[in-house]
Amino acid sequence: MFLNQFLMLAAALFCIGVYGVIARKNGVMVLMSIELILNAVNINLVAFSAMTGALSGQVFALFVIAVAAAEVGVGLAIVLAIFRNYRTVDLDQVDLMKG
Amino acid sequence: MIAAVLAAAQNADAPILVAQNVAFGIIAVLMLVSAVRVVTAANVVHAAAFLVVVLAGAAALFILLGAEFVAITQVLVYIGAIVVLFLFGIMLTRAPMEGTESVSRDNWALAGLSGFVLLALLGYTLWDGFGRDKIPSTLEPTDTGALSDVIFGQYLVPFEVVSLLLLAALVGAIVIARRD
Repeated sequence: MFLNQFLMLAAALFCIGVYGVIARKNGVMVLMSIELILNAVNINLVAFSAMTGALSGQVFALFVIAVAAAEVGVGLAIVLAIFRNYRTVDLDQVDLMKG
Repeated sequence: MIAAVLAAAQNADAPILVAQNVAFGIIAVLMLVSAVRVVTAANVVHAAAFLVVVLAGAAALFILLGAEFVAITQVLVYIGAIVVLFLFGIMLTRAPMEGTESVSRDNWALAGLSGFVLLALLGYTLWDGFGRDKIPSTLEPTDTGALSDVIFGQYLVPFEVVSLLLLAALVGAIVIARRD
């Protein structure tokens, strides 16, 4: 197996995630796209770990999973707070700080 | 001549690699299709279901790379906990999104363009940097004991920081989400 086939797949997932973050209206969907991005990073870390034989990559993948869990918790709390105040999760309508 | 053929046969170990590559191809196609559906699906619950496929595909890739513990953690934490959290978020915020005309914002074409440009840049950089580097074909499943030695040895302080971060995120989420 080539290292690059994993890296390319992760890059494609990353870009799909970036598209989702920019283009989706629903706040929950933006958080899901961020999960896609974090997963792409995890694939990269584990692929490099398998390539070099060092275990640090897998440790960092575990750290990323833990941080992703924390991020989803806080992110969904923010989305819920937005929903409570605006009665919507449409990010186009949340423009209080747009200036 | 015979020695060279024997050496090539020893280096080739073709059947295993073919199986691995076929598995990788199937998983990769599944993951890419599901990921595209995650960011394009009109129904938010369907998007969450496709997210499960992407996360399970990532876990399968980890097993393919011999990282068993990371794969199991991925299934436990991502599919078991995070997706359920997403479903709760969808349930609590869903109703007013029904009947909206479009799931994407007006700048979706620009977003797609930036995604493609990023993919082209990343693809070129990766190809330039790693070319045909191979993952060693003698890849063994990672010893979970060795992994835990690394976590609780070399990375003990970051590990404790992550636990503190989880605690802080928990408290912060409660503070943000509770109604006063």
